[in-house]
Amino acid sequence: MTGMNHIAILPILIPMAAAVFNLIGGDGRSNRRIIGINIGFSVLLLLVSILLVAVLAQSDTAAAAVYPLGNWPVPFGIVLVADRLAAVMVLTTSILSLAALIFASARWHSRGTNFFPLFHALVMGLNGAFLTGDLFNLFVFFELLLAASYGLALHGGGRNRVRAAMHYIVINLVASFLFLIGVALIYGTTGTLNMADIARAVPHIAADNVGLFEAGVAVLGIAFLIKAGSWPLHFWLPNTYSSAAPPVAALFAIMTKVGFYAILRLWTLVFANQTGPELAFGQNVLFVLGIATVAYGSVGALSSKALDRLASYLILVSAGTLLLAVAYNVPGVTTGALYYVVVATLAAGALFLLKDVIDQVLPAEAQILAVSLEFYGDEEDVIDEDQEVSRSFPAAATLLGWCFAIAALVMAGLPPLSGFLSKFAMLSAAFNAPSAPTAATWWITGALIISGLFVLIAMVRNGINIFWTSLPDDGGLALRPLEVGPIMVLLALCVLMAVFAGPALSYFADTAQFIHSPQNYIDLVLPKGETP
Amino acid sequence: MELTLAIAIGVLSASGVYLLLRPRTFQVIIGLSLVSYAVNLFILSMGRLRMDAAPILSGADADITNYADPVPQALVLTAIVIGFAMTALFLVVLLAARGLSGSDHVDGKGD
Repeated sequence: MTGMNHIAILPILIPMAAAVFNLIGGDGRSNRRIIGINIGFSVLLLLVSILLVAVLAQSDTAAAAVYPLGNWPVPFGIVLVADRLAAVMVLTTSILSLAALIFASARWHSRGTNFFPLFHALVMGLNGAFLTGDLFNLFVFFELLLAASYGLALHGGGRNRVRAAMHYIVINLVASFLFLIGVALIYGTTGTLNMADIARAVPHIAADNVGLFEAGVAVLGIAFLIKAGSWPLHFWLPNTYSSAAPPVAALFAIMTKVGFYAILRLWTLVFANQTGPELAFGQNVLFVLGIATVAYGSVGALSSKALDRLASYLILVSAGTLLLAVAYNVPGVTTGALYYVVVATLAAGALFLLKDVIDQVLPAEAQILAVSLEFYGDEEDVIDEDQEVSRSFPAAATLLGWCFAIAALVMAGLPPLSGFLSKFAMLSAAFNAPSAPTAATWWITGALIISGLFVLIAMVRNGINIFWTSLPDDGGLALRPLEVGPIMVLLALCVLMAVFAGPALSYFADTAQFIHSPQNYIDLVLPKGETP
Repeated sequence: MELTLAIAIGVLSASGVYLLLRPRTFQVIIGLSLVSYAVNLFILSMGRLRMDAAPILSGADADITNYADPVPQALVLTAIVIGFAMTALFLVVLLAARGLSGSDHVDGKGD
């Protein structure tokens, strides 16, 4: 692995190079050549991430690329750790960002200034947050991705976007301050910022300081829960996501997963497997918040008439599901959750993109209807009895319908697609866990199945609204290949994840095993034979 | 000294949170600045308060107990820079929102 360790920094360097290139060579006016180079950078990032995952998948379970920046000795310098979890998150980011970038290159990139540099900066922040093994460095990468996301949330301008972005900025600034307070408290009590070193130091914290340490972790947890979109800290999310430009919203689909990732990484590392009074600190709180988030997201999905709002609430549902899975704290459930995080992110991203394509082909009156339904309810909804429900679709509408159907199946978790497999993996592991079934098992079962039903109803109703009542009859809808292509690729990947579920799940099972034995991570990062 | 600093942090964060919850964007931005000052002082205090102690060791045989912890000072420097940049960015968005909605209410409503 020695030569391969350098690969850990490439997912950060490539987007940075792309952003710098755009600032210097982009000169604001993006032409075909500039777009081509940008997509080239994104493809390069994707290849590097695939290589990273492939290398890790062939090594043994505890292998990871550990890269001390500037070669400073580990607990003192900043270290990047590309283990299996980080690698799979980086790969998901690369796939989603390439799809969103290609989609944006059709027309959205020219709706405002500096789209490409901000886009690559966001990808750089995401990858950095996944790869870093240092708590303060995690803060810096969070700020980097947030700063870029502020710019992107405003991309396209307009009163709604500015208002939503302003709320988003204030909430995230406050979250950043909470993050800093948490980090400072953890540093004050453990004397280190390296995640592995914190995990090592936790059992040795002086008894007077344990309360302070737990307060620090709780404050830090609130900062992460705000990013993860957990109830009741999620109110910024639906507005921001549904008013952002579609390719931006698609990339935002992975931003809540950064919060999930940080919670999974730190909580399993520091708390979940400690013995004694530190055992599973905050587990019940996480579980209850997960249930509440799933419930709120499901009800919100039912209440939304517009597709982009529905997609935002689906993001909340998946955020809640992931919180539940983390709080359940069993390797098998984590396996399912990791599988779920990949497919849910890809499907949600595809849904945001699909919404924009549908908006272009829908007649204007249907859009006004959707908006007014959102505001005034639908008492006046008259069903035309004479109209045939089934009619022959032109090819383009069929294509969009299939895309929508696949996204709906994945998000609702119906067989035979990957959404079902991930939920099945979570539930079967929850029932096979030692001392199961407990009350928590029934809660997680209920939450997953009922939220699936709610999501299905919401998606079907939206689909009927769009494809059976609103699409124009005359065939030959004008679609841009650059816009439909990425959607089809994202959804095809969701289908492929179901076809190749065996290898994928065995990779995720190894990942979960690694996450749930934190001593592996500590041995990997910290130099051997160091005594506390 | 601990008491002075604790009171300063408490007053700054209390006024900051109060202003954050106000409906005008200008109050919000001043609130954000106050909270960021409080947070910066708090980070500094986490390295333990020391008077007249340098953060840089001199010589290999220096006694480490005579020196202040340099890490929180480095952290606070980063936090100040990032907080300042974000506040400046928010100021731009605030002006844009004021221009677009004609009101300085955070929801863009007229009063």
